[in-house]
Amino acid sequence: MKTSITNIIKFYINGFRNMSKLGRKLWLIIAIKLFIFFVVIKMLFFPDILHEKFHSDKERGDYVMKNLLGGEK
Amino acid sequence: MIDPTLVDWSRAQFALTAIYHFLFVPLTLGLSFIVAIMETLYVTTGDTKWKEVTLFWMKLFGINFAIGLATGIIMEFEFGTNWANYSWFVGDIFGAPLAIEGIMAFFLESTFFAVMFFGWNRVSKKFHLLSTWLVAIGSNLSALWILVANGWMQHPVGMQFNPETARSEMVNFWEVIFNPNAYNKFLHTISAGYITSAIFVVAISAWFLLKNEKMKDFAKRSILVATSFGLITSAYNILTGDNSAYTVAQNQPVKLAAMEGLYQGKKGAEIVAFGILNPDKKLGDKQEDFLFQISIPKALSILGYHKLDAYVAGMNDLVYGNKEHGIESAASKIGKGKKAVAALKAFKEAKKQGDIQKASSALAQFRQYEKYMGYGFLDKPEEIVPPVQITFYSFHLMVGLGIWFFVLMIVMLYKAMTGTLTKTRTWLKLAFYSLPLGFLANELGWIVAEVGRQPWAVQDLLPVKMATTHISTTSVMITFWLFAILFTFLLIAEVKIMATQIRLKGGENV
Repeated sequence: MKTSITNIIKFYINGFRNMSKLGRKLWLIIAIKLFIFFVVIKMLFFPDILHEKFHSDKERGDYVMKNLLGGEK
Repeated sequence: MIDPTLVDWSRAQFALTAIYHFLFVPLTLGLSFIVAIMETLYVTTGDTKWKEVTLFWMKLFGINFAIGLATGIIMEFEFGTNWANYSWFVGDIFGAPLAIEGIMAFFLESTFFAVMFFGWNRVSKKFHLLSTWLVAIGSNLSALWILVANGWMQHPVGMQFNPETARSEMVNFWEVIFNPNAYNKFLHTISAGYITSAIFVVAISAWFLLKNEKMKDFAKRSILVATSFGLITSAYNILTGDNSAYTVAQNQPVKLAAMEGLYQGKKGAEIVAFGILNPDKKLGDKQEDFLFQISIPKALSILGYHKLDAYVAGMNDLVYGNKEHGIESAASKIGKGKKAVAALKAFKEAKKQGDIQKASSALAQFRQYEKYMGYGFLDKPEEIVPPVQITFYSFHLMVGLGIWFFVLMIVMLYKAMTGTLTKTRTWLKLAFYSLPLGFLANELGWIVAEVGRQPWAVQDLLPVKMATTHISTTSVMITFWLFAILFTFLLIAEVKIMATQIRLKGGENV
């Protein structure tokens, strides 16, 4: 079991170590992109409004229901 | 009061994100299988030229996968911020499929993707091949769960709205999973992705042949696999398209009418093979629907109801009603919707006052009209009609492109099999210039599905205008432009990196 796990870890380490120039470039793009997505965009521009404004599901449900019922013609 | 500008900007932002995201997805869905087939040929024949072919297309698959990775997550962010009412409303239904998708995508793709790229010469040929197939199956299964969720929005089944929590709660998991809208949407979408990928391979191979005839063997092998795959999936795509139209006719008749520019319903309705809509045509007026049209008699009745003389409802019937054919007017549905909303209000009020009897009677009244709830939020009956011009032209262009791809696959397969690929440069050029058309057809299909179901976020239950969050329009505008820049940058990066790899290959054997 231990050997298998070590082998898997070695497999990944060797894979990353011997990666081509293209592979490195793609990983860099992935890293930059994930940073922009999850740190910049998510934190600064896309708060989860219901979770930030309210503390319980009941409050969230009441807020949405209020929006729905307040909006009918 | 909901600001219509906010709704429009939120809509535009979501559309922009979905359109960019959907440029990467079809290629991932199809190229993964094309690569798996190529590698299978290498493993079964032992011919190293197949390995060369596999490695090249796998590289392009990897570039697309890496650049497109996680672009879809932005939509999830948007749900929480711009569409809070909607995400709360559907949260219980979407939670399960999306959680399964996350687990499947994560384990299958991340594990076997690494073996696929790092595993050459490190694991056995057979295990490597298995990994490639599992990556293909995994990425396609991810699409399944997303499309189950989308199919539910088009035809909400297996649920009940809970007035206590303001959520649609799942009451029958299997009904949600085996929703005909969901599986037809899944099959049609993935087969469209397969065709796009086949065209991608054929187009680039055609470019190789136009630039360097010494690439003939490589290009021929690629074209043989891609066209065989593309031809089978094109035929299958036509079948799934037929099934999709059938489910649309049953559950979203206004969408079907808009797809065909059908204002007045008729028995034995025709399909417009080619037509120019009358731009001045309005609901309920007597003007001609089309300035010009070529039609196939009875085809729409067959497509929508599998009967030669079936009555296909037009937009006028669905808006103003048609007693003769038992079609209820939108005004009547709006009336019932208002009763549902009023009952909901009464229920909440009674609950607040602790009047259990009143609450239970209000709830019973709500259940009676629940399926019309969304109509209660509409202002006028005409609102149920989606933008006709966009839906009609997108649908017809998509179908036209689908037919062209079918022809292209047959011709290129024939040429590859008879060894005449390099003899007609015209077909090679046509194949090369078809490269963007595959992507265009996918986007058009998405536009038909999504614009065609307006004004609904969840069909009949939640209009888009009620699904938005009350936030500042300016912040949505800013993020719209932010995404436009970010996604354009990613797209340029992908095209540049891919073009470099293709050019490098094109220079081989010169």
